[in-house]
Formats: sequence, structure tokens, C-alpha cells
Amino acid sequence: MLLLTCPYCGVSADETELSPGGEAHLKRFGPGSSDEDFEGYLFMRHNQKGVHFERWRHTYGCGKWFLAARCTATLEVFGTYSAQTPEHPKEIIAKIQAKRSDWSLT
Amino acid sequence: MSHRLPQGGRLIDKARTVAFEFNGQKMRGLAGDTLASALLAEDQMLVGRSFKYHRPRGIVASGAEEPNALVGLGRDARFEPNQRVTTTELFEGLEAQSQNHWPSLENDIGVVNNYLARFLPAGFYYKTFIHPRPFWKHVFEPIIRQSAGLGKAPKDRDADRYEHFYANVDLLIIGGGIAGLQAALDAGKQGKRVLLVEQTAHWGGRAPVDGIELGGKSADEWITATLAALGKMKNVTLRTRTMGAGVYDHGYALAYERVTDHAPSVDAPRHRLWRIRAARIITATGAIERPLSFAGNDIPGVMLASALRDYLVNYGVAAGKRIVIATNNDDGYRSALVAKEAGLEVAAVIDPRPDATGDLIEAARSAGIAIKQGIAIAEAQGGKRVTGVKICAQDSDGSTGEVIACDAVGMSGGWSPVVHLWSHCGGKLIWDEAQACFRPDPARPPLSHDGEGFVFVAGAADGHSTAAASLKSAQAAVAAATGQAVKSRLPKVVEPELGALAPIWIMPARAPIQKRAKMWLDFQNDVKVSDVQLAAREGYESVEHTKRYTTLGMATDQGKLSNINGLAVLADALQAQIPAVGTTTFRPPYTPISMGAIAGEARGAVFQPLRRTPIFDWHVEHGADFEPVGQWRRPYCYPRAGEDRHAAVTREINATRGSLGLLDASTLGKIIVKGPDAGRFMDMLYTNMMSTLKPGRCRYGLMCNENGFLMDDGVVARLDEETFLVHTTTGGADHIHAHMEDWLQCEWWDFKVYTANVTERWAQVAVVGPNARKLLEKLGSDTDLSAEALPFMAWTDAKIGGFEARVFRISFSGELSFEIAVPASQGLDFWKSLIEAGAEWNITPYGTEGLHVMRAEKGFIMIGDETDGTVIPQDLGLDWAISKKKEDYLGKRAQARSFMDNPDRWKLVGLEALDGGVLPDGAYVIRAGKNANGQNNVQGRVTSTYYSPTLKRGIAMALIHNGPDRMGEVVNLTDGKGGQIKARICSTIFFDPEGEKQNV
Amino acid sequence: MRHYSVFAIVKEALGYHQGWERAWRNPTPKAHYDAIIIGAGGHGLATAYYLGKNHGITNVAVIEKGWLGGGNTGRNTTIIRSNYLQDPSAAIYEKSRSLYETLSQDLNYNIMFSPRGVIMLAQTEHEKRGYLRTAHANSLQGVETRFITPREVKELCPIIHLEGPRYPVLGGLWQARGGTARHDAVAWGYARACSAMGMDIIQQCEVTAIHRENGAVSAIETTKGRIGCNKLGIVVAGHSSHVADMAGFRLPIESVALQALVSEPIKPCMDVVVMANTVHGYMSQSDKGEMVIGGGADGYNNYTQRGSFQHIEETVRALVETFPMISRLKMLRQWGGIVDMTGDRSPIISKTPVENCFINCGWGTGGFKAIPGSGWAMAELMAKGHSPLADEFGLNRFREGRFIDESVAAGVAH
Repeated sequence: MLLLTCPYCGVSADETELSPGGEAHLKRFGPGSSDEDFEGYLFMRHNQKGVHFERWRHTYGCGKWFLAARCTATLEVFGTYSAQTPEHPKEIIAKIQAKRSDWSLT
Repeated sequence: MSHRLPQGGRLIDKARTVAFEFNGQKMRGLAGDTLASALLAEDQMLVGRSFKYHRPRGIVASGAEEPNALVGLGRDARFEPNQRVTTTELFEGLEAQSQNHWPSLENDIGVVNNYLARFLPAGFYYKTFIHPRPFWKHVFEPIIRQSAGLGKAPKDRDADRYEHFYANVDLLIIGGGIAGLQAALDAGKQGKRVLLVEQTAHWGGRAPVDGIELGGKSADEWITATLAALGKMKNVTLRTRTMGAGVYDHGYALAYERVTDHAPSVDAPRHRLWRIRAARIITATGAIERPLSFAGNDIPGVMLASALRDYLVNYGVAAGKRIVIATNNDDGYRSALVAKEAGLEVAAVIDPRPDATGDLIEAARSAGIAIKQGIAIAEAQGGKRVTGVKICAQDSDGSTGEVIACDAVGMSGGWSPVVHLWSHCGGKLIWDEAQACFRPDPARPPLSHDGEGFVFVAGAADGHSTAAASLKSAQAAVAAATGQAVKSRLPKVVEPELGALAPIWIMPARAPIQKRAKMWLDFQNDVKVSDVQLAAREGYESVEHTKRYTTLGMATDQGKLSNINGLAVLADALQAQIPAVGTTTFRPPYTPISMGAIAGEARGAVFQPLRRTPIFDWHVEHGADFEPVGQWRRPYCYPRAGEDRHAAVTREINATRGSLGLLDASTLGKIIVKGPDAGRFMDMLYTNMMSTLKPGRCRYGLMCNENGFLMDDGVVARLDEETFLVHTTTGGADHIHAHMEDWLQCEWWDFKVYTANVTERWAQVAVVGPNARKLLEKLGSDTDLSAEALPFMAWTDAKIGGFEARVFRISFSGELSFEIAVPASQGLDFWKSLIEAGAEWNITPYGTEGLHVMRAEKGFIMIGDETDGTVIPQDLGLDWAISKKKEDYLGKRAQARSFMDNPDRWKLVGLEALDGGVLPDGAYVIRAGKNANGQNNVQGRVTSTYYSPTLKRGIAMALIHNGPDRMGEVVNLTDGKGGQIKARICSTIFFDPEGEKQNV
Repeated sequence: MRHYSVFAIVKEALGYHQGWERAWRNPTPKAHYDAIIIGAGGHGLATAYYLGKNHGITNVAVIEKGWLGGGNTGRNTTIIRSNYLQDPSAAIYEKSRSLYETLSQDLNYNIMFSPRGVIMLAQTEHEKRGYLRTAHANSLQGVETRFITPREVKELCPIIHLEGPRYPVLGGLWQARGGTARHDAVAWGYARACSAMGMDIIQQCEVTAIHRENGAVSAIETTKGRIGCNKLGIVVAGHSSHVADMAGFRLPIESVALQALVSEPIKPCMDVVVMANTVHGYMSQSDKGEMVIGGGADGYNNYTQRGSFQHIEETVRALVETFPMISRLKMLRQWGGIVDMTGDRSPIISKTPVENCFINCGWGTGGFKAIPGSGWAMAELMAKGHSPLADEFGLNRFREGRFIDESVAAGVAH
């Protein structure tokens, strides 16, 4: 039963308030893109055993989507941030690296 | 024999007797008894039969770890199988039946398995019953199932109710022994919100039984004083009869409160499931004594030494008159001393340690108890009751030795900390060599969301064997859990020093196979030392393999008594160290919890939320036959007296097409999309061009997901330049709204668009049929509703019959049709005024089936029928609704993939059976030949099929390979009975192909 | 291999069972094998078994990082059925079901296949139409199923409550020849048979790298050293992405937790398997007497083999509603496994971008029932380069948009 802090309303939300939305920071490929790019966007997933950047929606709360960095092996949450964030945030990367020196973004 | 003593019994009230029944026999106990102590007081040691061999089983323990003494409790709608007598508090009128025997507990036919035990070792069923093949299903399996299974199945609907509680605390403390109490006191003083739960009805754990002195007081007095202090703290909540059942990720925990199990006459929920979110958790869950493995250790009358002591001290009940204690540690002597003090004859203490000394041993010696050191039990003797033990040197094969007569044996193999709750969520264990037990490894705790350990351990659960160390560990746990120093002064403890335990895993040490085949590890599942050794010999070496091959630890006690002993035997067989072998995974719950408690209040009518339209009550009053549609219930039809569904639907359609029908369409999804970029956004959502829609007009549109598949359809109305009203299917409202928000928030966050799901804000009624306009005119409208002023696919605000309304000229039936939305609060009144005014045209409410049939007659698709998540708009001949001008919309790229952009796909056509009948639902269109896997080839399938009252014959739609190019062709379909039906491919539009009826 | 039979047991009983030999050997790895399978779960072991039995390839190693059968093979609810809608699914699951029928005899190991029958309840009109469609499809696929009435449902399963106030039972899709089997025994039986063919099952051996030469797989690096191979099969449900990453390709997979639970054992009261997909729960009774219960998967990526309690709660609530008598039974134990979820929720049995490297994964919540058929198809694919049972399950289908979607018939894949 995960606890994630919604960056919009500041609530430490119980998993029952939230809906998971899969991998974050996917780049959308539309008409005209190559088969490979489109397949990569729609289906291929990093599915890390380790730190995973992912989407959540505070469905039974403020209704906002947000992003989280969470370890899929220990369930440690390194941070949550706005869904309107195009790149992996530097401060979250720093926070992860402070705890896991051998970790880097793949 | 076991019996009640005239003296002793700190938990019972000798003045109040309690009548109960066991196997139909009337018995009497005392207020404060457990069912176990009451049975023992009545000399009912034999209480059940084991799972596999049906061996006689007696009470072994005094608490939640009891493997044997399970009974069926209560009757009829309050019957419950597999209840532990040791955790069942006695109440007036309690009825219990023993389990797993036939015809009776004393004489059980199943005991034949016991005599065949030699032929039924661990895993025997994997090696036999292989031939002849049908015998497994028809002969062997039924016999095995019948002889397994323990308790009887309840038959009736549960008469009790259950509920959930929610709690948010800084600190959850599980276990109300002295360590838990001390922890609560210290955390309470820090001002933390504390919840302390104790699984039994009593606080204090083992300390009062063990005769510990705390701060110059008896343990009972210290507990009373501590509870009084805790009672004054508003920030501390205390609950007895509440077991910490499970620890889950990020500080979530479950506790299971048995509210009325001990007092069934009280009108309250039987069980309460506490759903707790705790910042930190302390487990002060104590320890469980281990049995010793000697031959015959499962004979009734052989029990844990601590249980023997508990029954004496707490209930004034003696397990026997002449007892023997066997122990590999000093604590066993406590039981001998208590027994002696209670006036029982203690025949001997058997201690395999050759030269152990210590306070308790000396005390026993000075009390005149015979102590036999370096000695083991070679075998316990007896059938349904132990009659004596044969003793021998521990370092021997047990072949010779004297017999000591006795009627009860207390055994102590040392103590195992209760580490379950620590382990549920990933906490790791370390092996404590000195005490031969696993205990929590503080360096590897379960981690919370912040990456920090969130479970801490106190008392015996942390491997402490003295009260002084337990209290100290409680303070340390609080300090660690809260991050604040604890300054309280601990009471001075007076207790004996304990010497070292000897890790004796079987006795005697060189027992031959004949004896090892009679040393029970798991009493309920009949797993013996020889079984674990067999598993190791056959290569089932991992502890998980051994467990699963032998069923060790898989009984209802989940191995609370057997796990460590079994592990030690396995390690020895593999010539490995115990920690290298490891443990099996501890999984919630700590002891079994009722399904009723897990389900809570949500059953029957409130099983799931029920969504009702504003007109729902009218439907109920008028005999609607409902069907569930998502969480809504919609009228399927309104059968009148003597009508079946078919007749009702036929009447409703004929009335609608002939004159006037009425549909409650309020469940239809309604979503507002508003903002300067609303048009741009709508163009991405829909395959059509929506941005060109004029205010005041409606347009039918299709929505695909990014995979290209059609996900929803409906009519869009443009309310003004910046506002669209999106109609979705009933089932689609919530997920389409979520879908919009997903794209707006996560992809196109630069779009200036706002959405709102207003589905329940409006009641919506479809007024349908040739007389529809007449009805509205009769009611009176402030707005011109004529065909010229409000043409097909237009909408307008209007005041109709005094109701503020929005009127849409749209039709899903092919008739002249107005869909009228009024505020939800006025929906019922509006509906009633329509019904009343429409009487002269025989106004007829119709349900979902009438809706479906009429739309099929017109060839309109239905999401979920013509689509199934794999269909694209192009398959349905809806290319006209796919904009060629737009560069992009959701699903456009996906539809360009090779399998989708392919002329070979199945496409929508109409079908009519050659015999005019109704084609079966779900029928497939057969193609000659078979595929590479030997399956018959297919070339299409029926998507919708109905009897058309309008055409008085069957009509159907189907997706068929190249269908639109094959008009008039006859195809073969499956009839669902092994045969085939012929049908002709035709247009999907069966009725009024020119659309004349709707355009008036 | 010592033959198992009642006679062997009687003979051994005389010696107190001291004479039984190991069920499988505990070998040290050789330098090179014709084929290596990573993953000694049911699917991996079955692949090895049929490589030997059907294709004569016995110079095979099965590499397992933990203990054989220790993953999802030993964590599922043991349901076996083949009443799938889509042709490719029905083909492989029916092949599997038919292999299960004789598996005890084939392996000389009683895997306790119990063809007690499976009912999938229809509780909405929509679900009913979906199962009617499946029944028609099955009749052409050679899968024996039938849509039955509520009364027949009640006769087959007397403890069911037909007239629930929310979702009354409208009938069910009945597969009489579906059922259950003893999950551990399936892994153990295959392992014993593989070992007897001379294959090496190497437990406690984790793969740390996959070596390639000229685009083709050449060897694997393990905690027990480097092992060469001509062909490699990756069969590691739950960790498929992790191992594929070592071989340098990505998968359309996310790993999530799937949970299950059992009640305390009671005397036989339910002779069939019942799945209630509208309310998300299914239940059967094991030979031990426990009610074996499962539901839907958790929603987020997770490798912990633990799930969230609300899913257990939802499942139990659904089943208390469907079978009111279980309200007074007790949950004995709950647990979780990690399952691979693909883009269309159907499995992948496929060649990969790496030459001679094959993958079998993505079984989602329904892998146990597929073990023999999956092994059969995977072995054929590895030996011959294609298999009719596997061809539709290729990795390329996502790029082509050729989904095999089973959820379309109202059912969920379990």
C-alpha cells in the first residue's frame, strides 16, 4: 500500500486515492514517424528493476496527474513532481545518486 | 487426567459457571476460561484428529500457535469451522464439535491411514495413483479430498456483520505484554499518537505467569498501574482482542479485532478490520515455545511446558496428575516448579544437557524434583492419552531405558521470537546462535517510502529472554522509532538468571529411522522428522521445496511450532548451517482472519455503489426489469402483467415507432470541453473534424485510443465558440473524461482547455416517435421546435412545460426524436409531465433492449457490440467520420500500421437468416478448411442480432471478410449446437434507408 | 530414473524409505551446451523437456537463479482451461490442456491434473454475449465448451448465490475438461524427466551477462562461470525485461504484482472452478480443502512479490458476494508473484533481434495453464525456427498492430 505525495495538493496520498499510469517521460510519436519509433513509444518499456520514473493520477483527490521516481525493488520513493516536466528533474536525479552512487539514468 | 484445581487461576471467576457443549455433551467451565482450559478442566484432552493420518490429537499450546485443537463452533448461519479452542473465550451456550473424523472423535475410521503411515510418507501421492489414468479423477482424488479438509463447510449465509475501522497513528505497537506496555508508556509520554493492540483479552503477556517482580510489585500490579497511566493519555489508544494481522508497504498495517466472538449476544459487528497507516511500527509480539522432537511427541497429553504452566496459573487447570517435563533450557524448570507448587506430582525433569546449572535448576532441586541430566525421552507411550515416557541417554539410540509413568508431558525446545510481522514486508532475519533462534536483523528492516526502516522490535520478539532486557529493548525501540530520546526510569526487575540452552533438534541424538518416523514436527499436517529427511534425500533441498514436498508448516498454524525444528532437521540432513538453509517467507495474516472481516460492510445491496438516475424510483414503481450497466441499473424493459421480456420489448418498439416512446437516457456521459483551444483539442480527440462545428449544431463523432481502436462514440454539441458538450456512452463517461485529462495534463499542457464531467448534473430524456413534436407542443415551448427552426442535428435552449431544458434533435432510433436535458433535480417531474401529457398518444417508456433493437434496425453501431477493442472505424464503414484533412488525431498513426491499413480486414455488413429467424448471438461465419493448428477457418462473426418487431423477422450485423463487396452472398454460420445456419449478406440499414422518419 | 509406482512405494516402505534416489541431479555446469534455457520454472523446464522428447536435443542446461519452480509456477491458483476466444490463444491453451491430461503418465510423476470443470460466470448481458461468442468460436477451434443456464451453474456449484442483488448470474461458459493441477509437481515432474534425459538443471546460478558474436548469441556469463551455447531460450517470467536487457533488446512488457490467497482447509464443498470476471474474483477448492482465491493484478510496476491489500479486499468482497458461505471461513495466507504484462495481454513466444536467442514471456496472469503447450511451442521454435503454435505470438505483432486481445470477450485472462 504505497504512499505518494501529490505535488499539486501536497497530500500524502494513500494508494487507494491514486491510479497508476505507467512509464513517464515517453515521447509521443504521431503520423509520419517510423515504425520503430512508434512501436517504441507505444509498447517498449524500460520496466526497470530499480528506479522507475512513472505516472500517477490523484484520481480520488485533486484529479491531477503527477510523476514519481520510485524503486520497483524496494518501493522507496525518491520524489514526486509535476506532470508538466519534460525531462527527468535534476534534483531528483541528485537525490537518487546521493543514496545510490552507482545509479545513473538509462 | 486433567482437572481443575481448588486453588489458582488468575483469569477465572470461580463464582460464575458457564455451561457449554462439546460434541453434544454438556460441560461446565468458569467465567474467564478459554474453551481449551474448560475442556481440560473436564478432562477432555482428546479434541481432534490430524490431517493425514487421523491420529488422536490433544491440546498442545495455550495460544494462537495451537496446531491441533480446532473445532467447529456454533451452528447454522453462525457455524464456523477450524476455530482454535485456545483462543476461543468461553461463553454461555457455546457449542463446539471436533473435526476430521467419522463416525466419532473416539472411533475414527480414518485412523486406518495411521496404520498405513509407513506407506504414506511425504510426497507419496506424487509417486503413485498414476495408472490407470481415469482413476485419479474418479477414485483416488475424491478419496483424498474427503479424507483431507479438516472442518465442515458452512452452509448458510453469514448471520453476522463486519466493519472496517481506519486509523492514522505515529506509532502502532503490536503486542500488549510488558514490552509493548512500556513502549506505549514511553511513546505516549513523548506525545505521539499511539495505538497499542493485544491479540488476547488480557494485558501483560507472560510476565504474570512467570512470576516476575517489577518495581517491587507483582507483574499483575505493575500492569494495572501501567494501564492506569496509559488510560490517562488521550493520545494513546488501547485495544485488546485485536491482533496485528499484517504489515504492508509504507507503514500500512492490518489489525483484526474480535468484537463479539466472546459475547455473541451483543448486537455489534462480529469482527472489525483495522486499516492502519502508521509512521512507525513496534512489534512486541513475544516468542513461542518450540516442541521437542522425540518419538510419540504427538500423543495427547504431551504439550508445551509453557502451556502446561499457563493452564495452571491462569485457569487453575492441571493437564495431568503426574507430569514429566522435558526441556533443553532453563525455562522448562519454571513449569516444573509451578506444577510442584500447585500440588501435582512432578515425576521428573528430563534435561538432555549433561551439566546445566542455574537459579531455576537449583530451585527445582531444592523443591525435591527429580532432575535427570544428559537424558532424553526415547519415546512417549500411550494411544489417545500419554501413559508414560521411556528415557535414555541423549547421546544414544534410545533402544534401552526405564519407563516413567505419567499422564502429562511438558516439553520445551527453547523459544522462537515471533518475527512474522517484521518479515511480512521484507524485514530480514539473523540466526542467534546462543538461543538457537532467528531474530530480526536491525540492519535490514522493512523500508518505508522514505527509504528508512519503519518496523522496530521490542521484548521477546527481539530475542530477549528476560523481563529486564525486554523492557530495555522497548525503550530503545521507542527511541529509534520516534527519533527522540526516552528518559523514563525502568522498574527494577527481580527474576532468575537463565543459563544457556542446548540446541537439541532430535532426541535421542542417534535415534534410528523407526523412531524418527514417529517424531512429529508438524502436528496438524502429520510431518515427521523422517519426512524432512526424505525430502532432503530426494533433492528437495531448498527450504521451499521441503516445505511444499512435505507440507511442513502449511497447516492452519502456518508452522508456528514446526518451522524452526523442521529447518534444523533439514539443515542437519543437508550438512549445512541453519542460516544457510534460510527460512520460508512469512506472509500475512499472522493467524487466519475471517473473510467476512475483509469484505466488511460491502455486501448485498451495498456490495458496490449503486448509481441511480433521477428517474430511477419511477422505473421501480412501474415494474422495470433492470440490468446492470456499469454501476448503473437501467430498465431493460417494462413488462406488464403476463408479458415476458420479448413481448414487452416488442410492444415498446411498436408503440415507439407507431406513436410515441420515452427513454431515460440520463446515464449517457456528458462532458464539457471549454476554452480557447477547445476546438483544437476536440480535433485531436475525435477522428472527425470538430473545430468546424457551428454553435447550435450537433455532430456524431468517433474517438479512438492511441492504439487506433475505436473506444467511444457519441454526439457532440457546440454550445458556443469556446464550449463543446461531449456525449459519451453510458460506460464511457468516467474513463473518457479521464482520457481527456490525461492528454491535457500530460501531453498538451499548453492547450487552454478545461473539462468537466457533468453527467449527473442533467437528467436526459429521449422523446421518440412520430408524435414526439406534438407532445412537446402540447406541453408548451417558448422556442420554435419545428423542423425548420430546429432541424435534425441542431440543438437549442428552450423552456418546455415550464422546465428549463436543452433540446437536441438527434436520433438513435431513426424516428423523429428530441433528446431533452433538464437539471437533474427536475428530471423526475419532467418525466412525469411527459408521461401524463403523452397519454393520448399511448406514450410508452422503453428500456435498453428496445433502444438496442431500434438502433440495429437502422444499422447504427453500438460500442461494445460492433466494437470489442480490436475494431477500427474503417472496419465499420465509418470512413466518412474520419477526417482526411487533419494531420493528426489520437490513433491516426496506429491505424497506419500494416495490419490495420489492410484491405483484408473484416468489415461491417448486415445479415439476414435465410429462414427469417434470429441468428444466434456470437455466431461465427465459417470458411472452408482448417488452419495450421487444425482449427476450422472463419471469415467473420455476428456482432449484433435481434428479432425486429418492425420487420417481423431476425436482423443481424456482422463483421465479414470483404463483406461490403459480397452483397447478396449466402454464408454459413455456426448455430451453437454443432450445426450450421445459412444467412445472406445485406445492407446494415434494415429500416427506412432514406432516413425519412427522423427528418420530419 | 527410478520408476514411480505403488509397488516401488511398498518396496521402499519396508526400508523406511531410505532407498529413494534424488529426483534430479545436482550437476556442475559444462563448458558448452547445444541449448541453454534461462529459467527453471514450469515454462523453462517444459521447453527443455520437449527439446529432448520431440526434437532429440538433450545436451541442454536449464539455468535457475533460485530454486526450480520457485517463481510463478509455485505461486499461482493452478487453473487449467482453454476456453479462449482468439484462434492463436485457443490453439496453444488447448494443446496445453490436452498435454496436461496425460502429463502424469508421460512424466511418471503424479501432477494431480483434476479435470473438474471450469465455469466462467456471465453477470451482465454484455458478458453473456461475450461468452456466447466464445462458445461459438470454441466449437470451431476444437475446444469443448458450452454456455449453461443459471440452474446448471447452481447444480455444478451449489454454494453459489445466483440472485445477488447487484450482479445476478445469467449463465456461464462451461468447460468440463478444464480444471486444476498440483503446481509444484508440474515443475518437479518436468525437472525429474529432464534430468533423466541427461539435461543439467543448475540451480542457485544467476545469469549476469549474455555474450554475442556477430549478432548471434554465443555464451552466457553466470555466477558459476561462463557457459557457451548454440541456442539460448529466455523463459524468466517476471524478470523478462531484465534478462532481455542483457541481450540488448527491449520488450513491450511491464512487471506487476499478482496476488492470491487461500482459506483454511474445509471438507469438499466445491467441485468446480468458478471465475466471476464482472466482480473480479475466482475460486476453486484444492485437494487439501483450501479455497484457492485470486483476482486482478496490481497496477504499478513492482518486483517485490508483495501486493497491496486493497486488491485482496476487492477479491474477497467479490467472492463473499458470489459465495456467501465463505464469509465465515478464514484467510490463511496471502502472497504475490511478479507477472509480465504485454501490450495486448497475450504472451510472446518469439525469435528476438539477437540471432539464436529466443524468448518466451508475457503470460501475464495466466501462465500456469499454458506450461506444457508453451514448452512444446518454444521447443519447436528453438529447434526448427518456427512453430504453428507460436507463430502468431511473435514480437513483431505490436509493430504491425496485430493484437491478440482476449479481453474483448468480456473475459480477463487468468
